[in-house]
Amino acid sequence: MSKIKVEICMGTTCYVLGASSLLQVQEALPAELASRVEIDGASCLELCKNGQFGKAPFVRVNGETISEATIPKLVQAIRRHAAATA
Amino acid sequence: MTFENNATRIRRTLMIELARRYLRHTLDDDVDNIPVEQHPRRGRAVRCCTHHDRAVTRYRLMALLGHAVENETDELKPLREYAAEAQARSEAPAQVLTVIDEACSACVPGNYFITNACRGCVARPCTLNCPKNAIDVVDGEAKIDREACIDCGKCMQVCPYHAIIYVPIPCEEACPVGAIRKDASGREQIDSEACIHCGKCVTTCPFGAIMEVSQLVDVLAQLRSGKRVVAMLAPALAGHLPAELEKVNTALRRLGFADVLEVAAGADHTAREEAAEFVERMEDGDALMTTSCCPAYVAAVERHVPAMKPFVSSTPTPMHFAGKVAKSLDPGCITVFIGPCIAKREEAHRDAMVDYVLTAEEIGAIFVAAEIEVAACPPTPFPRPARRTGRGFALSGGVTGAVAAHVRERVPLKPMSIDGLTSKTMKLLKVYAKGKGAGNFLEVMCCEGGCVAGPCSMAGLGAASKRITDYANAGASGEDLPTEEAGSMEEHVLVDERH
Repeated sequence: MSKIKVEICMGTTCYVLGASSLLQVQEALPAELASRVEIDGASCLELCKNGQFGKAPFVRVNGETISEATIPKLVQAIRRHAAATA
Repeated sequence: MTFENNATRIRRTLMIELARRYLRHTLDDDVDNIPVEQHPRRGRAVRCCTHHDRAVTRYRLMALLGHAVENETDELKPLREYAAEAQARSEAPAQVLTVIDEACSACVPGNYFITNACRGCVARPCTLNCPKNAIDVVDGEAKIDREACIDCGKCMQVCPYHAIIYVPIPCEEACPVGAIRKDASGREQIDSEACIHCGKCVTTCPFGAIMEVSQLVDVLAQLRSGKRVVAMLAPALAGHLPAELEKVNTALRRLGFADVLEVAAGADHTAREEAAEFVERMEDGDALMTTSCCPAYVAAVERHVPAMKPFVSSTPTPMHFAGKVAKSLDPGCITVFIGPCIAKREEAHRDAMVDYVLTAEEIGAIFVAAEIEVAACPPTPFPRPARRTGRGFALSGGVTGAVAAHVRERVPLKPMSIDGLTSKTMKLLKVYAKGKGAGNFLEVMCCEGGCVAGPCSMAGLGAASKRITDYANAGASGEDLPTEEAGSMEEHVLVDERH
């Protein structure tokens, strides 16, 4: 089973607007999901540059962009991708 | 502070909007548009209406422009005038914290409330266990007589249905020294004589009603003026920006800073002097010495536990030594301390070596506004990296470790620590002041966890501590530097200032 890829944007904008605390999403995942994800800080995903500045922080879960990301939003998205690829 | 909090997000967004306008030379023309832009007419209001939201945003911007809301004399004064004054003033604003009364929700006094989960039971332990007979059952539900209630909380403990809840006034509960209290209108105000500038009320207030009086525009104006501006990076900053301090060094130079120093180098010096002072004091028969590098703690002693004063080390702080090095190497330069602390502003105000203080949030916001990708900057190494022990000052226990390394068992050192000032640990300080505390070396940090957990930090405690530990481990070890060499160029300018 391939891993679900979680890329947390560590660009300056995303970091200042909240990504700094998103790396802790690992700890918020239930055990069966925790083993299925690969969480990484990514260099600027450039999503803040297209007029969507107010929607930071951005995260990509298996290519899907999550804006105004919070830990609960990420857990939901990871759950969705896990169900789709199970 | 972790971020799941809209008040923090709003504050940082406004910092970015201000800095962006300043950098684009549109601040004067455009600053009054920010409240409208943030709260468009048909947008969703957070408070009663967009007009109230805009009014509060205007006051937030006033504070971020370095003006205390309490000093407002003309409600119609446009923000551009405040912005112009901010750019024209040559000294940092003196006030550290300000309350936006317009944002304060005047939280209800009285801490215990009976909810509708009350079933009006027969046992009624709430009425029987109340020491003031303040609870009565009316129409099948318990009621608290507000006049008689003393907020002891017994009723909550004994209710079998958990129907009684505790509702704090968050800012008052967070303040370790009782410096924030309601005025006649029920809104909070800060007693400037009692406040220790720790910033706990800022991070706790759910309405974001307490703001720091920022120096953001002051620093940007100094950078634009062409003066040589030197950044001094607190070791705690290593945990709160998206990249290592070597990359931050490059990013700051791109902003126009002439030089970037590690405050950890000053911490090395503080540790050495503080150790010498400790040995001297113990040999003179003293029973206790405490650290002096946390300005909120020092203010707490001065304002609330004066009997503790003789025990506080007289060694200057790492920030002072860093400022002194900067001003000696580059006379006439402007020094800017950058870290997650608010209380440093009060310390800087009294220290000629430090001109301005920026928080981690503010420098982060400036990087965003200047579109500088900190993580993508190439690293600029510090020519003479500070020592591991100096860099470790940012974490609780770090100062003790550094001082112990210098004491080298010349006298016995029995370390104790107060990790976080609260109303409870303030009482412990009073015990120490009476000479009844354990140990002979007391490290006191106002923020639990140390400077890493300052009120204007960005990453969570765990993540930030790990990054600071990496930063410390990459520092020079004491043994790397022979003693004379350790008395480097920087340190020759530092003489013993204790007496």
